[in-house]
Amino acid sequence: MGVGIQVQDLNAWYGSTHTLQDINLHIPANHATALIGPSGCGKSTFVRCLNRMHETNPIARATGVVKMGELDIYKDASPVEIRRRIGMVFQRPNPFPTMSIYDNVASGLKLNGFRNRRIIDETVERSLKQAALWEEVKDDLKKKSGASLSGGQQQRMCIARALAVDPEVLLMDEPASALDPVSTSKIEDLIFQLKSQYTIVIVTHNMQQAARVAENTGFFLNGKMVEFDSTHKIFTNPRDKRTEDYITGRFG
Amino acid sequence: MARIKFQQSLDDLKERLLVMAGMAEQAIQRAIEAYSTRDLSICELVFRSEPAINKLEREIDQMALDLLAMEQPMAIDLRFILSVIHINADLERVGDQAVNIAVRVREMGAFANIDLPIDIPKMALLASAMVRKALQAFIEADADLAQSVLKLDDQVDELNDAAFYSLSSLIKERPELTPQSLNALIISRNLERVGDHATNIAEDVIFWVRGADVRHNSKGL
Repeated sequence: MGVGIQVQDLNAWYGSTHTLQDINLHIPANHATALIGPSGCGKSTFVRCLNRMHETNPIARATGVVKMGELDIYKDASPVEIRRRIGMVFQRPNPFPTMSIYDNVASGLKLNGFRNRRIIDETVERSLKQAALWEEVKDDLKKKSGASLSGGQQQRMCIARALAVDPEVLLMDEPASALDPVSTSKIEDLIFQLKSQYTIVIVTHNMQQAARVAENTGFFLNGKMVEFDSTHKIFTNPRDKRTEDYITGRFG
Repeated sequence: MARIKFQQSLDDLKERLLVMAGMAEQAIQRAIEAYSTRDLSICELVFRSEPAINKLEREIDQMALDLLAMEQPMAIDLRFILSVIHINADLERVGDQAVNIAVRVREMGAFANIDLPIDIPKMALLASAMVRKALQAFIEADADLAQSVLKLDDQVDELNDAAFYSLSSLIKERPELTPQSLNALIISRNLERVGDHATNIAEDVIFWVRGADVRHNSKGL
């Protein structure tokens, strides 16, 4: 099951650039939460802070509290443990090109020390089914490389890879922006189905996508979260003029 | 200002709706003039205006549909287009009420022109004023002005209720005046409906400007 995330006074820097300023936010469990905003507004930095990816950059740092359920992710667990429990899917599918589909999906499990063949087989099948890819690849699991799949299939394989390690939260940074409309639609259907089991945070530039998949939406601007509300409220009657200007395309 | 083409399309849509409003308003005024003068040639003008109003209704709906499909409007733009679609339908029905009144006036032409205990011109003035005010609120995006229209509807309703009682009594007392009385009663009902359409338009303006749904006495939730 998914778990909620509580963010308190989160600040982040790249070198001397203050990229996130005083973010306070509750991301409810088993919901899809969309983050929107212009390029450079801080939304990707924000999700990278949620699974401690931000700190992989040597000039980056963050302060504040991020709690996943009762777990303080900066105090109570290692980055590796956090990244297992908070999976991430990126804008461009990033399969391991020399690995088969099977090995791509199983890679996280193997990194986490799983060696039992039967469990790995079952997990690969379950994850590919959850990612709505199983039927398309089940006959070529070990024959085809992950890189031989189409872009949309690769992205679903990456989602399966993220799900295989049994996370509680799934972060998606522009997961469909490099995909055609059919593949985009499959990813959106997937988000709809997965949120009953996982908490999903999706960064998107596509506002219609946010409106379609997310119950709640946050609008980021210049490193601050201007508004966070139900997606319905944000897209029909936002409180803040800056949000309205952005979503109606009158920004700037 | 970003989205120049979209903004121009919204302006065009508003302009077409105001043309529609002008036609609907004129149809009502003509219908009432026909009632006051019993001039059947004016009834003809009302009948002839209906196809043009219907055509414009379809044109505006198509424009709104195209914008929804092509521009994916959000927030205040989305509410504006939704309001235009509603207002468009209300204006078309105002045109229908004008035709209904003209039909009744033509019927009444077969009978003696007698004084009836009903002030149709006063009702017409009130109902037309409501439509005009609601449209002014639309032009100026003025939710306060739109709110004031809602209060006027009670006055039109009261006049319609009073007409019902006085004309019912007249029918009982002087059955030979039943045709004129019934026609006048229907005209009163038509004007009351015009007031309702003006109320709808005002509510749509409030929804567009404030994002609040105040229909059916709701508190904008």
